[in-house]
Parts: sequence; C-alpha cells; structure tokens
Amino acid sequence: MPATADDSELRWRCRRGMLELDIIFNEFLDKAYSTLTHEQKDLLDQMLDYPDQLLFDLLLGHMPSADKGISSLVTYIRDTIRP
Amino acid sequence: MSINDIQRRRFDTLIIGAGGGGLRAALQLAEADASVAVVSKVFPTRSHTVAAQGGMNAALANVLPDNWHWHMFDTVKGSDYLGDQDAIEYMCRAAPKVVYELEHSGVPFSRLDNGKIYQRPFGGQSQNFGGDQAARTCAAADRTGHAILHSLYQQNIRAKTHFFDEYFAVDLLKDEQGNVLGAFVFDIHTGEELIIEAKTTLLATGGAGQLFRTTTNALINTGDGMGMALRAGVPLQDMEFFQFHPTGIAGRGMLITEGARGEGGYLVNCEGERLMERYAPKAKDLASRDVVSRSIYTEVKEGRGCGPNRDHVMLKLDHLGEAVLQKRLPGIRQTCITFLGIDPAEQPIPVYPTAHYTMGGIPTDRYGQVVIPVKDTPEEPVHGLYAAGECACVSVHGANRLGGNSLLDILVFGRSAANHIIETLKETRYHRPMDEDSIAQAYERLHRWDATGDGESVEQIRTDLKKAMEENCGVFRSQDVLDNGVKQVSAIAERLKHARINDNTSMFNTARVEALELENLMDVALATVYSAAARTESRGAHSRIDYPDRDDKHWMRHSLYSLEDRKLDYKPVRTKPMSVPSFPPKARVY
Ligand SMILES: Cc1cc2nc3c(=O)[nH]c(=O)nc-3n(C[C@H](O)[C@H](O)[C@H](O)COP(=O)(O)OP(=O)(O)OC[C@H]3O[C@@H](n4cnc5c(N)ncnc54)[C@H](O)[C@@H]3O)c2cc1C
Repeated sequence: MPATADDSELRWRCRRGMLELDIIFNEFLDKAYSTLTHEQKDLLDQMLDYPDQLLFDLLLGHMPSADKGISSLVTYIRDTIRP
Repeated sequence: MSINDIQRRRFDTLIIGAGGGGLRAALQLAEADASVAVVSKVFPTRSHTVAAQGGMNAALANVLPDNWHWHMFDTVKGSDYLGDQDAIEYMCRAAPKVVYELEHSGVPFSRLDNGKIYQRPFGGQSQNFGGDQAARTCAAADRTGHAILHSLYQQNIRAKTHFFDEYFAVDLLKDEQGNVLGAFVFDIHTGEELIIEAKTTLLATGGAGQLFRTTTNALINTGDGMGMALRAGVPLQDMEFFQFHPTGIAGRGMLITEGARGEGGYLVNCEGERLMERYAPKAKDLASRDVVSRSIYTEVKEGRGCGPNRDHVMLKLDHLGEAVLQKRLPGIRQTCITFLGIDPAEQPIPVYPTAHYTMGGIPTDRYGQVVIPVKDTPEEPVHGLYAAGECACVSVHGANRLGGNSLLDILVFGRSAANHIIETLKETRYHRPMDEDSIAQAYERLHRWDATGDGESVEQIRTDLKKAMEENCGVFRSQDVLDNGVKQVSAIAERLKHARINDNTSMFNTARVEALELENLMDVALATVYSAAARTESRGAHSRIDYPDRDDKHWMRHSLYSLEDRKLDYKPVRTKPMSVPSFPPKARVY
C-alpha cells in the first residue's frame, strides 16, 4: 500500500539534521504511530516545527517543555523508545 | 507535467544546499547584491551542520600559545601529507577572522573568565610543530553547529536570499560546451518540477555517511551533490578516504564527541588496560582519529574487546565525576541514558568506530571552482560550477580530517567560493541558452521511477549496499576484502536499475526521493570502493593490512574516479604552500 501523502509528509518532517532525532522519530513512528490519538498527532505536528537543537534538548532529557501537552508527548516518546 | 510545461526561473547564482557551506556563500553573495537562490531538500536549519557540537578550530591562542602556522602543520600532518598545502595555509590563516566574523554576527561562543573565547583541546592539535597539546577549538557550548546555522540563516533572510525549501535537486543542467547553467529540481510537497537557470551554480550538499550501516550522519547525508557531479562528467577525488570516528556508540553509530577525551576520558579494553598508551604513547587518547579508530579495531580483532561478543571497547568517563560531566559534557550523559539506559558518571560507554566524514569529494581549487583534468592540464575549471563544504575536496583534509576543521572548511571555502563567483558574475552579463538534451536527461531520470510493475524494493537494496560497504570498505582493508567490495557493490548497482517504488503520486512522494538518493549513494559507493581497491598503500583513513606503510613514491597523489567506464586517474598533491616553505612528508607519530 502506498503511504498517504499525510503519512509521507510526517515522515519527511521527521528527517532531521541529527542522527539521534532520526532514530528517535523513526523508532517512535514505527512502534507507536498507529496508536496516536488525533490530539497527539496534532502535538507531534506542532513539535516538528521546533528547531533541531530544541528537539534534541527535549527528547534527550536536557530540559523539560513548559507546554503540558508537549511535555507528555515527550515522555511518551521517550518511554516508547527506551532500551 | 510534460517537459515543455516546466516553469523556469533565473538567478545569478544557484546554491544547492543550505548547510553552513551553502549559507555562508549565499550570505556573501546576497550582501554583494547578487540574486541568489538556495535549494535545500530539508528546511535549511535542519541541515546536518546543526549536528556539529564539538566546535571549530582557529589559532586564537586564548588558552595556550598558538599560531596559524602550527595549525597548518597539524592539518598537513593530520592529512597524512595528502592535503594541498596552499589550500591548508589559506584556511588556517583565515580561521581567526572567520571566528571573529561569527562572533560579531552573534554566535554565542563559550567564554573564559577574562571574556575571551574559550578553546578546548581536540585530537591532533599541537604547539610548536608537533610539541605539546594545543587548545584550538572554539565552541558555543555543545551547540556550535546549531548556533552558526541559525545565525547564517537569519542573516540570509535579512539579505533577501531566495530560499526554495524542501526542493530536491535532481541534476545539473549544461549547455553544449559543458558550461554548467543551473539545475533541474522539484518541490517535494507538490512534485512540481522547476528549471533553475543560473550564471553560476554552487554545490554545497554535504557528505555521504549513509554509505555505511553504522554512521554518525543523519539520513539526509546521501552524497547527492557528488552523484550530480559524477553524472555531469566531473570525477570525484580521494573517495577512498572516509573517516571513521573512533567513538560511536557501539552498534548504533551516534557520536560521543572527541571533547569527552579532551576533558580527560580514556579508552580501555576488556582487561581494563588503557589501550591508547600502547598505540600513541605521547598523544594517547588524543591521537588523530584514524590512529584511534585503528587501535580500537586492533584490540577487538586480537580478542581484547568488551561485552559478550567482545566487539567493542569502553570509554571511561566516570573518574571525571558527575559535576564535570554535567558542566562540560552534558550532551553525552543524556545520549547514553536515552539510547543505552546507562549513566556514564557511573559506568563506561561501549564504543566502536563509526562512519563520520567524507574526506573526498568534488575536486575544487581554493576559490571553490570545480576543477577537472583536461588533456595535459590536471586542474581546468568547469565553467559555472563551484563546490564547497563536505561535498567538495579542496583538499584541506587529505587522507584524514582533524576534528574541528570541517566547520572551518565549510565557512572559509563557502566564503571564498562566493568571492570568486562575485568576480565571475561581473564578466557574465547574460544567461546562456541551455542544452535541451540535458534537461531531457534529468527529466527522464526522475520519471524512470514512475514505472510500475514488479521490481525489487529500494529499501532492500539500500540495506544491502550499506552492509556491503561496511564489511568490505570499512576501517581495515585488504585487496581481497576490497575486491570483494567492488564485486558486491557492482552487483547491487545492477539490481538498482530494475528496482521499483510502489508510489507514483506527485504529492510528498518520499519513496521517489529515497530512490533518487539511493542512486546518488550507489555512484558514490562505487567511487569509494574502486578508489580504495586501487590504492595499494596505507595513508590516513585508508588503512590496509596488506600494504601497512605509506608509499609516498607512488601514492602521494590524488585519486580521480569518473563515472564513465568507472575509470581512475591521478593528479599530483599541491605541496607548495602560498607563502611558507612546504612541510615535507614525515612518519606520522603521535
Ligand atoms: C555528529 C557530527 C558531529 C560533527 N561535529 C563537528 C564538529 O564539532 N566540528 C567540525 O568542524 N565538524 C563537525 N562535523 C562535521 C561537520 O558538521 C560537517 O562536515 C559540516 O557541517 C558539513 O556542512 P555542509 O555545509 O557541507 O553540509 P550540510 O550541513 O550537510 O548541508 C547539506 C545541505 O545540502 C542539502 N542537500 C543535499 N542534497 C540535496 C539535494 N539533492 N537537493 C537539495 N538539497 C540538498 C541539504 O538539505 C542541506 O541543506 C560533525 C559531523 C557529524 C556527523
């Protein structure tokens, strides 16, 4: 099945300038994309507009997000990819 | 859309790539009132330059005595005498100026208590031509690349550079005489194709780390500009030299920066022995990258690796204490916790060499002009074509790049290419007419992926290519291994011709983008493995078990691989610097 343009767009936006982010987003999408609620998808969409360095800081636990929704999505992503 | 309906846009200069190299050039041009288009397959500030956390070199002498001439010596020695000494002198002399320019444009460099820019020691840096360790690397905490990229992007927006974000460049376009006149690109969102006509074109598409399975490079680093150059008839230079960073997280590839060893971390084998004391008694863990990578490989090969499969060594940082780790190396700590579930303040990190940097690339002179051999002249400029950054080979890194010298390279030569382009534009008043065949070829290459029917998947071929490259063209090489690499990669390249994608829509067809990227990677892989199999010596990153020594008599020369007939040619190294005596080749001891 070809991916829908929306799925492809999301995957493309997950292509980042840092390997760490590529790995985190790809693992997350593979494992959990189908379980995401509409609200979580919107949050993910919003988060993908952040600069790479900020995403790196959030997803690698350097700093928390002040936004409650983003903060809970970050926790969900980190839990999903935890070794 | 038929080929005749494709829209055309005209600019003085087209820059393909919006990393540090492309953006530095664009800024220089836009400030000189040239009309500049920058095409990037990802949003500019997501270019790979953002990943450079360690810093950039400049002999500022803020922490320890230093000068550009010592920096030059280290770079020539680090290159294992394959670097061109005129370009190296140019770069090392320009370095302080480039750092101060960045400082003035707002890059927040870390400071010493006296207010001067902080500089940390990195591998391969020395005082006084090979003496004590130097401290030459300037950093904006551990986000140097991010700070530089964002600053350059903002300045470009102010200078009115025209950005084509998320556009993919397929191929260069030429006229019948071979002058480069722009590129064929398409909008990844809509699939809409566009011909960008330009009086001058600069390739700044970055490296090709995705050639290997274990790499520090992001997925976007697929050597596209190198592929485009090859198809335009430009050979690739010194592709056998691929840098493996000694300390990648074992099995995953992520970089543990050299800064970790700069701050006092060291490598141990399964016996707890500090292994670098044996291989580089003086510089130890701060010896140059190829030396450290090979030492790790040797430990593992001789059975002194760690872990259940004895397939890696350990990087110890726990003795530095939590406070130092948190202050100086916060990134590493969190990387280990996130991807390994271990805290380096308590436990050592499993590490193994990981593919990191493409030393070879599109041959240029120090003005960024792409140069190719024509008849008896080894370096004849290709009219209208420039290259800068990791996709280029100018060559300042020769057989091995020193840490912190790449950010410097992309900025220095991005700038110098722009200066040369400004001069060229003064003499180039009009756009030349394109060769319509050249457009047709690019169009066909793109639309070949519209074909439906049975065929192997791009993903499978990519996986096989990366495995073949890792196993047959990695850290340690021999004739058997490399010949096998040539055979395997050639067979995989054949399979690609019959591959299919199962998506022929226009909107966000990322399957097609990945197919085009794989075509580029494939040509770059062939260049790499062919050049490596032919070079019967060990030099820098190209290390052979069967030819363990450097052979200056036969091999102090640059390789040039052409797509046509997969032919290899060679040209001399420029050993004559601009103003100082040259550094003659010596044994490289650290
Ligand atoms: C993890 C890591 C850490 C590093 N740390 C350091 C460091 O501390 N110090 C140092 O000096 N060096 C470091 N390096 C090396 C350095 O970051 C790179 O060599 C350098 O940033 C490359 O810059 P560039 O401008 O050449 O290309 P990039 O920043 O890679 O940019 C390439 C650009 O080309 C565009 N592009 C590519 N193909 C196409 C196409 N087909 N169509 C359209 N656009 C395209 C991309 O979108 C992107 O904008 C590091 C490298 C890695 C991997």
